[in-house]
Amino acid sequence: MYLHNRLNNKSNNFFQKIRDLDFVLLISILSLGFISFATMYSTDGGQLLFHTKSHFVKFIIFTILMLIISFFNIRLWFSFSYVFYLVVILMLIWTINFGVTASGSQRWINLYFINIQPSELMKIFIILCLAKYFHRKRLENVNSFYSIIVSTIIIFLPMSLVIIQPDLGTSILISISGILVMWFAGLNHKYFFYSFLMSLLSFPFIISFLKPYQKLRVLTFLNPDRDPLGAGYQIIQSKIAVGSGGLFGKGFLKGTQSYLEFLPEKHTDFIFTLFSEEFGFIGSVLLLLLYAIIIYRVIKIGAISRSYFAKLFCYSYGASLFVYIIINMSMVLGLLPIVGSPLPIMSYGGSSMLATMIGFGIVMSAKIHSKQSIA
Amino acid sequence: MINQSDNVMKLSSINRRMFILGVAKVIILGGIISRLFFLQVKENKKYLTLSDKNRIREWKLPPIRGSFQDYFGNTIAGNFEAYQLHLIPEEVENFRYTINRIKNILGLSENQFQKILKKKKEIKSWETLIVANNLTWENFSKINNNLYDLNGVKPVISISRSYPFKENYTHILGYVSQANKEDVLLNETIKEKFVQGLKVGKIGLEKTFENDLIGSNSIERYEVNAYGRRISQLAFQKGDQGKMIKLTVDTEIQKLANELLYEKAGSICVMDIFTGHVIAMHSSPSFDPNKFVFGISEDDWQLIRNNPMKPLVNKSLSGNYSPGSTIKPIVALSALENEIVSTKFTVNCRGHKNPLELYGQTYHCWKKEGHGFVNLKEAMKQSCDTYFYEVSRRLGVDRLSETAKKFGLGKKVFGDLFDIEKNGLIPSTTWKKNALGRGWLLGETIITGIGQGYIQTTPIQLCLMTAQIANGGHKIYPKIILNSNDIDDDKFMPVVKNKKNIKLIQDAMFSSTNEIRGTSYRSRIEDPKYQFAGKTGTAQVKKITERDRELDLETSEIPYEERDHALYIAFGPYKSPRYAVSILVEHGGSGSTVAAPIAKKLFKKIVDRHEIRKNFETKKYLNI
Repeated sequence: MYLHNRLNNKSNNFFQKIRDLDFVLLISILSLGFISFATMYSTDGGQLLFHTKSHFVKFIIFTILMLIISFFNIRLWFSFSYVFYLVVILMLIWTINFGVTASGSQRWINLYFINIQPSELMKIFIILCLAKYFHRKRLENVNSFYSIIVSTIIIFLPMSLVIIQPDLGTSILISISGILVMWFAGLNHKYFFYSFLMSLLSFPFIISFLKPYQKLRVLTFLNPDRDPLGAGYQIIQSKIAVGSGGLFGKGFLKGTQSYLEFLPEKHTDFIFTLFSEEFGFIGSVLLLLLYAIIIYRVIKIGAISRSYFAKLFCYSYGASLFVYIIINMSMVLGLLPIVGSPLPIMSYGGSSMLATMIGFGIVMSAKIHSKQSIA
Repeated sequence: MINQSDNVMKLSSINRRMFILGVAKVIILGGIISRLFFLQVKENKKYLTLSDKNRIREWKLPPIRGSFQDYFGNTIAGNFEAYQLHLIPEEVENFRYTINRIKNILGLSENQFQKILKKKKEIKSWETLIVANNLTWENFSKINNNLYDLNGVKPVISISRSYPFKENYTHILGYVSQANKEDVLLNETIKEKFVQGLKVGKIGLEKTFENDLIGSNSIERYEVNAYGRRISQLAFQKGDQGKMIKLTVDTEIQKLANELLYEKAGSICVMDIFTGHVIAMHSSPSFDPNKFVFGISEDDWQLIRNNPMKPLVNKSLSGNYSPGSTIKPIVALSALENEIVSTKFTVNCRGHKNPLELYGQTYHCWKKEGHGFVNLKEAMKQSCDTYFYEVSRRLGVDRLSETAKKFGLGKKVFGDLFDIEKNGLIPSTTWKKNALGRGWLLGETIITGIGQGYIQTTPIQLCLMTAQIANGGHKIYPKIILNSNDIDDDKFMPVVKNKKNIKLIQDAMFSSTNEIRGTSYRSRIEDPKYQFAGKTGTAQVKKITERDRELDLETSEIPYEERDHALYIAFGPYKSPRYAVSILVEHGGSGSTVAAPIAKKLFKKIVDRHEIRKNFETKKYLNI
């Protein structure tokens, strides 16, 4: 059977592909979509307003896109990896010159029917690009000076393009994704140790480069009560929302913090606070569990993939998802300073969802074509 | 291309690292969950409280103020329903149009109109804008008739202070007005109950009893959003009205006092000589306190402030006047008490053509021709100055001041009740030494004997003095609050050594009013039911010069500011005294021609009202 499949992988017909879909992952993603839809409905005050409708439509479209991506052979994604990366780099450069500015930073490209945020897409394509790069490397070459320099450039280029938008949060997430790929590829631990030490030492130096509002965020994180109505407002209100949820939550559509507009950014980065307020500790843990299942499935697909590229991509993507989720949660729970980082699928925002769904699509493609090896 | 063994190594490396990361993920996830547990389960109470603090806000409403009633239960300061016009800017579709429409309907002046626009800018768009706070019924109905055209405009009936007797009680009650910063700072109770639109007592009893009158706020509890906008009402807690305060005053007499002093500056005080109840206490001219409730207009304020008759001064309590001849009963009493003179002692008065010369100074009697030989009774009756010069010379100022103080002079009559009340001044040798640092001159004793010089009294003090003479020389404590329980031990204790002396003074005052040649003979009432005894007084405002004496001008010929104050003290009905009266007319001229006739009209009313008051006291009045 396996042999048969291996020999006839080109002849996989459409129905077989459907049969080979990872249904656990698909159902988990759909459930997450449903939860995010319900939560968005609550942020709109229990009405079918713009955010809810838009989020729903995007989710449907991107789910279909995900399925389409998954039916394409993983080899295709492998061969186009560099191209995608370069396209997004060009988009980032385009953004710097012709981007749409909103709330003080130039992040969006106007595509006439949709405004797209290339920095979000970069989160996924940097993994794709580096996975391809390391797929070809021998293990002993991974730690060579040349490959370290190349991969560092691959990471630094988009990172610096995003940081001048300015968008510190996304650029950190991009670099983390890149670093995760390097780590999975087998980069020597000592490099991580040294760079960690370096960043610690250069921390005061970096601080002086931060913009005033970013410094304020760090100071506010260290002590939110220094300016409870100004800089500390978001985090204080966020903690109040989560804390007042209790074990079982205030109930669906009954979150007073969000309903009475005490929560800032409740559609986007702070969506978890609203969810947590309405569904309590139990709901929050269940949501985390759902995320854990998704990540587990992504890693599982990586584990069964024959090709190193698919494996590297799935592991890195799973780990990145985990990091996105943890950073977002730590932020809203007051464990990290506030950096703009959405909660995958849950947060409102087309580009972020598009990137996440493309990621899932490639992972699914890896599942369907798990027997496929890449030369 | 790819070496098989290298591939195996790569796979084992990646799987090993995946495992390491997997472990790390589990630990971090555990951390996040424990943080969630900490916030949502352990600290839940704290955050729930904070969340409620966020969403629930209380609104205090102005409390309903307690009322004042007179002795007979008539409300003299109460609450009325004020017709107001409220508007919530964001509920109005076209603010410009609506406000102009209102302007036309109410006929607002440009000035008022601009004020409203300014107020609108200061408030948030969902807060209530008070367009008008006291509309006439006519305007209120006009608005109601045009409501179809005024979207978002709300005619509201709100409760506000009213003084139905207008200027009659202004000086007793004072008035209320918008609480300002100072009121809030000085009074803890006001601070606690402060809300926009709260009105507090600014002066008089309204101020003194602020804490009793203010009442407690009604509280509305609302759910609000992050911008403070009310979403829904959660609870309403009704506050209590402030305490009602009953006064001893009789509105009928108070009103008469106001009429009698019409277009005059002065004061009338009426007191029960046994209970110390103040029956009436009026200072003229007065003003309408209702004007202050919603803020007085600048024009009205200037009119009151610049009136030369000083309506803002409560003359009964804070007017320090020379008592003039009204001090003579006390001088005579003191002399009798100290056995300086007997009833038989006489002095020859030769009028101001032949003035008394003492210590190189001349002292004139008011009467040109003089009174001849006068004894105490005659001297009191005709108010002979020469007699009292001699008596006070013999008596000395210290003994005089001792007696005067026993009769309530030189000290606040109501204690702390009115913060504007003045002490007056009863001079003595030690007082002068302490206050002015100079020795007492004998000449000063002599003029003190006719109530001139340093001596100063307030009309209410004179009234108390008269009351104590009338009740046979017993200590009383005047009161204006009906149910105030006083714990004065020496109440009704005699303040004179010999009852006969008081009787002599009463007789002398009787003859002054009811016998021929008495200074107030023309103002007497012969009917024994109303018959009263009194003493006139004419207090000089400036020293009379020789030129003035030669000119001997009529009062109307002298400039207003230089005219004498006319005073009169009296008690009645004579056969069984019950009420004491003091009358003062500022710059009125002589006591006998101006002040005493007022007493005549007053006593008729007082005695008539006494029957009603007595019946009311025994509740018969209620049973009919």
